[in-house]
Amino acid sequence: MHVIQQILFIALTAASVYIFVRKIKEMRRNILLGRDEDLSDNPNQRWKNMVLLALGQKKMFKKPIPAFLHLAVYAGFIIINAEILEILLDGILGAHRLFVPVLGSLYGWLIGFFEILAALVLTACLIFLVRRNLLKVRRLNMAELKGWPREDANLILITEVVLMSLFLIMNTADLSLQAMNAEHYTATSPFWITSHLTGIFSGSSASTLVVIERTCWWLHIIGVFFFLNYLPYSKHFHILLAFPNAYYSKLNSNGEIKNMPEIQNEVLYMMEPDKAPAVTGEQEHKRFGAKDVTDLSWKNLLDAYSCTECGRCTSECPANQTGKKLSPRKIMMDTRDRLEEVGKNINTNKEFKDDGKTLLNDYITVEELRACTTCQACVDACPVMIDPLSIIMQLRRNLVMEESNAPQEWNMMFGNIENNMAPWKFSPDDRDAWVNDVA
Amino acid sequence: MPIKSMAEYAASSETPEILFWVGCAGSFDQRAQKVTKAFAQILEKAGIKFAILGKEEMCTGDPARRAGNEFLFQMMAYNNIHTLNGYGIKKVVTICPHCFNIFKNEYPALGGNYEVMHHTTFLQQLINEGRIKLKGGGAFAGKRITYHDSCYLGRGNNIYEAPREVLEAFDNELIEMKKCRSNGMCCGAGGAQMFKEEEAGTSRVNFERAEQALETGASIVASNCPFCMTMLTDGIKNKEKEDSVKVLDIAEMVAMSLE
Repeated sequence: MHVIQQILFIALTAASVYIFVRKIKEMRRNILLGRDEDLSDNPNQRWKNMVLLALGQKKMFKKPIPAFLHLAVYAGFIIINAEILEILLDGILGAHRLFVPVLGSLYGWLIGFFEILAALVLTACLIFLVRRNLLKVRRLNMAELKGWPREDANLILITEVVLMSLFLIMNTADLSLQAMNAEHYTATSPFWITSHLTGIFSGSSASTLVVIERTCWWLHIIGVFFFLNYLPYSKHFHILLAFPNAYYSKLNSNGEIKNMPEIQNEVLYMMEPDKAPAVTGEQEHKRFGAKDVTDLSWKNLLDAYSCTECGRCTSECPANQTGKKLSPRKIMMDTRDRLEEVGKNINTNKEFKDDGKTLLNDYITVEELRACTTCQACVDACPVMIDPLSIIMQLRRNLVMEESNAPQEWNMMFGNIENNMAPWKFSPDDRDAWVNDVA
Repeated sequence: MPIKSMAEYAASSETPEILFWVGCAGSFDQRAQKVTKAFAQILEKAGIKFAILGKEEMCTGDPARRAGNEFLFQMMAYNNIHTLNGYGIKKVVTICPHCFNIFKNEYPALGGNYEVMHHTTFLQQLINEGRIKLKGGGAFAGKRITYHDSCYLGRGNNIYEAPREVLEAFDNELIEMKKCRSNGMCCGAGGAQMFKEEEAGTSRVNFERAEQALETGASIVASNCPFCMTMLTDGIKNKEKEDSVKVLDIAEMVAMSLE
């Protein structure tokens, strides 16, 4: 019996790790479909950003209440996972609470600490469910979250509540069995929370308790494996990608918009033709700006996979606040959805087969892009350093430079700059006319 | 003292302390011209030898770049950097945060490296160094003032304190809007929105921001950007408060309070 359980456990572990790794490799391939961008500079500053922003969650604390609840879930999640190590070893070796003899009285203390964290995670997740579904916090109930994104969020929270409950029930049953001196159930010092709950199992027979304890143990670890493999399909993947995303985040001022050296050179060769290199062979034309996800930088695509759809960007966006269609969160969700679509296309056809769709127009509309004031509030708001403005700018560049698609007023402004060196139609000769009025 | 252009300085083999980059709004927009004149007046009063580019100044290309027209931006950048490097310009002071941002963050990659300051930081320095003195109990004594962070000075370049320090030099009460500093709300003009009609929505960005300014009960909204100035003035007019609430640039306020 034990041997069958062990084999089953090892097979389950191997399968879930295999499926997880395969999906991660696919996501990595998808991210690398983006254009090259060298972000290997300033490693010290980058490590510092990662520690402060991802590990330390510095930017979350702009909103203290969700920040503390989030910290509870996050700390609980990371620390309780230490217990997974024992569960894995127990499962593989067919042991029970393998670490009890090793850790001695420290064991009960550790599990007690995990129980407190589990209770915090459970409470925080319940509060998060209330915020989403009953209090209907505005940024968690916007149009772009209709359907799957909302279900995704609830599913994550419910899974965490279930996992934590299983952990606590398992411990309660274990303590009750210990009290009965049941076989295999090594005595530990009482766990801090569940030692107060053993009353619920008074009157249960040892065999019932063993079934309860074993069921919780199996459901808990199956749940953990399910969750692991659910992550890459979910917004919850931010728990992993927040780290690389913070590491590779922009180090320069928010105000800077990335240069386009190809156009800089084009202008240079036009003004100083002697500097132009001799043209050899066919020149590959790289699209100006971005029309589809493959025109974006790999960092933009990493951003898209890192987004957990919290909506802090959108709730700070002045265009969104005044009822425009633009939502920076939707820009990120659209980029991810399109990237996943392109990835599936490659899985099916070995290489990308034109599907007649692009990120621009099929996912993100011109009206959304036109509403942006480049105020950087979205960039500033993001706890994991996602830069929606970078994507907006690249799509705008494509619209104007590849499709000559600009509102009439912008075309007039362009014309004025070209002809009068100012965005308005004034004579350049009058530029210093104000000087005459200075007394 | 007549205001001299760089060409005039160069002709007499003199070097000015700073180049005052006026910007398109400061040069042509009637309201912003008042800020330009106020700042020029302060510079003269402080005895700073400054030059303008005059007819040689061109749009930095900011609205073109942010609308997506990189070609036009690069053209303007090429010409401006050519002019500035030709004169060997070292230090630039500008009254426009958009120009400031371009000089600070975007021209260096194109070969334009200058020490650049926004006029509010420059004014703070002049006050700290005692090069200009403000009248105690002057035009703003006891008045409630609120300050609007422009996006390209604030979030764009993390300059939040210098303008506030200038405002604190007046005898008055500085009241923050509910959204300020890095949370400050845009006026609605950036990203080349200044030059087009807003997209369809339930309200206008400048109306919202002006309401936030009015909520403070301030009689003066201090700004640091010619575009914010236009947007906030319109927003206040929309609420029919233009008689009781004025939008003033920090340079104008300093000019009015000079000893």
